[in-house]
Amino acid sequence: MITKVVMEALSPTMEEGRIAQWLKHEGDAVKSGDVLAEVETDKAIMELPARSDGILRKILVGDGATTAVGNLVAVIADADEDISGVVGNGGEKGEKGEEGEEGQTVAAPAAPAASAASAGGEAEGGRIKASPLARRMAGEQGVDLRRVDGSGPGGRIVKRDIAAAAAASAALPVGGAEGWEDVPLTQLRKTIARRLTQSLAPVPHFFLTSIVDMERAAEAREALNALGGEKISFNDIVAKTVAMALRQHRACNAWWQESTIRYFHDVHLGIAVAVDDGLITPVIRHADRKSLREIAIETRALAERARARKLAPEEYTGATFSLSNLGMFGIDAFTAVINPPEAGILAIGAITPTPVAHEGAVQVRRRMHLTMSCDHRVIDGATGARFLQTVRQMLEHPLALVW
Amino acid sequence: MSKTFDVIILGGGPAGYVCAIRSAQLGLQTAVIEREKLGGVCVNVGCIPSKALLHAAHVAHLVQHEAADLGITTGPVTLDYGVAMKRSRQVAEQNSKGVEFLMKKHKVTVIRGTGVLQTGRKIAVDKDVYVASKAVVIATGSRVKGVPQIGLDINKTTVISTDEALFLERAPTSVAIVGAGAVGMEFADIFNAFGSKVTLIEVLPRILPLEDADASATLARSYKKRGITVRAGVKVTGAKVAKTEVTLEVESNGKTESVTVEKVLMAAGRALNVEHNGFEAAGVKLTDRGFIQVDANLRTTADGVYAIGDVAGPPMLAHKGSREGVFVAEHIAGHTPHPIRYDNIPSVTYCHPEVASIGLTEEACKEQKLDYQVGKFPLTANGRARAANETDGFVKIIRDTKYSEILGAHIVAAHASEMIHELAVARENEYTVEEIELAVHAHPTLSEAIAEAALDSLGRVMHT
Ligand SMILES: Cc1cc2nc3c(=O)[nH]c(=O)nc-3n(C[C@H](O)[C@H](O)[C@H](O)COP(=O)(O)OP(=O)(O)OC[C@H]3O[C@@H](n4cnc5c(N)ncnc54)[C@H](O)[C@@H]3O)c2cc1C
Repeated sequence: MITKVVMEALSPTMEEGRIAQWLKHEGDAVKSGDVLAEVETDKAIMELPARSDGILRKILVGDGATTAVGNLVAVIADADEDISGVVGNGGEKGEKGEEGEEGQTVAAPAAPAASAASAGGEAEGGRIKASPLARRMAGEQGVDLRRVDGSGPGGRIVKRDIAAAAAASAALPVGGAEGWEDVPLTQLRKTIARRLTQSLAPVPHFFLTSIVDMERAAEAREALNALGGEKISFNDIVAKTVAMALRQHRACNAWWQESTIRYFHDVHLGIAVAVDDGLITPVIRHADRKSLREIAIETRALAERARARKLAPEEYTGATFSLSNLGMFGIDAFTAVINPPEAGILAIGAITPTPVAHEGAVQVRRRMHLTMSCDHRVIDGATGARFLQTVRQMLEHPLALVW
Repeated sequence: MSKTFDVIILGGGPAGYVCAIRSAQLGLQTAVIEREKLGGVCVNVGCIPSKALLHAAHVAHLVQHEAADLGITTGPVTLDYGVAMKRSRQVAEQNSKGVEFLMKKHKVTVIRGTGVLQTGRKIAVDKDVYVASKAVVIATGSRVKGVPQIGLDINKTTVISTDEALFLERAPTSVAIVGAGAVGMEFADIFNAFGSKVTLIEVLPRILPLEDADASATLARSYKKRGITVRAGVKVTGAKVAKTEVTLEVESNGKTESVTVEKVLMAAGRALNVEHNGFEAAGVKLTDRGFIQVDANLRTTADGVYAIGDVAGPPMLAHKGSREGVFVAEHIAGHTPHPIRYDNIPSVTYCHPEVASIGLTEEACKEQKLDYQVGKFPLTANGRARAANETDGFVKIIRDTKYSEILGAHIVAAHASEMIHELAVARENEYTVEEIELAVHAHPTLSEAIAEAALDSLGRVMHT
């Protein structure tokens, strides 16, 4: 029986996937449920499972190549079955072609010599003639063998060709005034770009800023941390506070859904985490119902998994409101871009000792800027302002957290 | 008389005659001018007769030192260098005849006599002038030389070169060999086996100075075991040449000693045949080291004149010259020949055990600050070597840490000369140590040590 292996939607938002690595190879026997390949989706590395038993007869999308969800990536069949009807002439795109509103194209694979044609090693004219050393060097240096002219016998690509290709690309910035490097977008970077432009342009943003006195929060934090156990960060305190405040201000805990606005009964708080090539927002579910300590523990665990690209889709989707913190970079205040369909995001700045008038005298007190971005279609000025006021009051009177 | 050819080659050594064959194969009218015997130094007074003598030396060694252990009883053994020499002459003759036959077979015209280059791709031989319509190829080779500065001019009786050593009727009672490169090493082996008291003198700090230090050390040990006096880092400062003996003054660490021997064999350096050939007048320039100056396509500074072989630069080896001959013939015929990789020419010394190498020594890797890994496998751990009582030696492979490129390979083994080509092919095709190791090696063979050394460089050696 012939089974087509297609790029599956491995996360709710996935539109295309990049084959990070085939774990099974052509000729391997596979059982339904075996992991065939690791696929880099828009947010994480996922596993592509086999859906039937048989022999993995043909791989059509090689390591490093990207293809849209639904496209044919491999064929499972019996050992002697004729698969030419499915495979055709070994086209890279599979029979389904491209679809989807954004017209994904099959990106050039980052890893060389991994084209579908060479994966089988049998396609006429598709094989790249290169010495083993040249292949190895190209692989390590990220040189695409298909773009290298071979100077060896019969046009074979040899070491000096790789050295020349690498030198040619390295030489560019040195000679001219400008230097640049075109880096193919990772799936994550593409998602960020798409989702954030989707946000800023069509979402009518407005911004509210409030300066919060953090002296008491800091005292509370010191006292709590002195008790031992999981260390509480300022971020944890703000997260817990925002979650509690959202419970009181349901108008800000909402999604814009074009024809409806969805107001949530539960608070699922997204917390932006910087990862190697972008940012990802894991979600603390029911943050309002969790203790400060639980929030601290969960945030730490999620952030770690996010950096390792190990988050499951449900761990980074479904937030009702989000936080973004650049305080640790010494940023005093900034505006964050809303993650649609959420209606608001709070930008947390650095806590800075500042001389201020306090109870009739000038005192140096630790203060923090909070800036809220609001989707005006959901949140009006006064609505947002009232929410932010609650957040501020709670932070300035941390006992309110247990209220 | 004047006659025209497409290509005229001056000199019928391994560079010239191979160039002639390839030219003829490519349909060019070809002539070779040779003043002595076809085959040049290599066939007549070089590679071939010396190997014939080394074979005799090896058998002499086996009969005297190994036969009894193998259950073979001989009567009293007598050694007659003269007989071995005569056989070596026959072998050389046969080879030279073979080259003559090849010239006929490929319809190459052989012109006997001394050629003098003239401008305009012409060569005069006595009163005749030959014109090359496409190209002249200079392949005049090299010859022995002494060191007159220290009183060691070759007198052909007590101070001799290989030209005489190859024709001696008996092995000298004692001989000092000046120079422990390939030629000096080989004659030390030969004369030692035929009963001479041999002193091997090298001015550089170790014998086989161009080889990997591990190879030098192994050979020094092996030679000392056989009773050869090995003196490295020693300079000959003067010589008293008498009728029947020579006294050398040698200096090491500031101390001067004297060594008296029946004969001195000069085995350090060769003179290039670039004089009295009309080269300068015809516009063929030399480098400061005395070689003919050539470009990447082996063209000299004179229009339509190429140079190949020993005269065209180092390494001065027969197989290097032959390859240049092929390259030039193809270039003249308008082809684009495979460029010669001068860093991938095997170098072999045919003493016992043999030393063969290709690429960089470990010292060179260090000097160039390369990031490398060494894999080494001793023949004491190789079954075939033990069976044949040839456990002296090793295979050493140096690979680049990052890409596993084979940077250099060094073999000391009874048949190192035959083993090195696996690595020559690997390097020419840019295989890495992994491809070497992946190929199944027959058991039991010395070549298994190559696969093991490759594995060792990867940290996965099996049999040590
Ligand atoms: C003892 C000894 C052992 C050696 N062993 C080895 C070995 O094992 N392996 C190895 O690779 N190399 C060996 N060599 C080196 C090798 O012999 C030379 O590298 C090789 O012969 C060079 O070839 P060629 O064609 O350049 O020159 P040659 O072999 O020197 O040939 C040049 C020819 O040109 C002729 N000639 C010169 N001028 C004229 C002229 N004007 N007119 C006409 N004819 C002319 C000469 O008579 C000669 O026949 C050995 C050398 C010696 C001395």
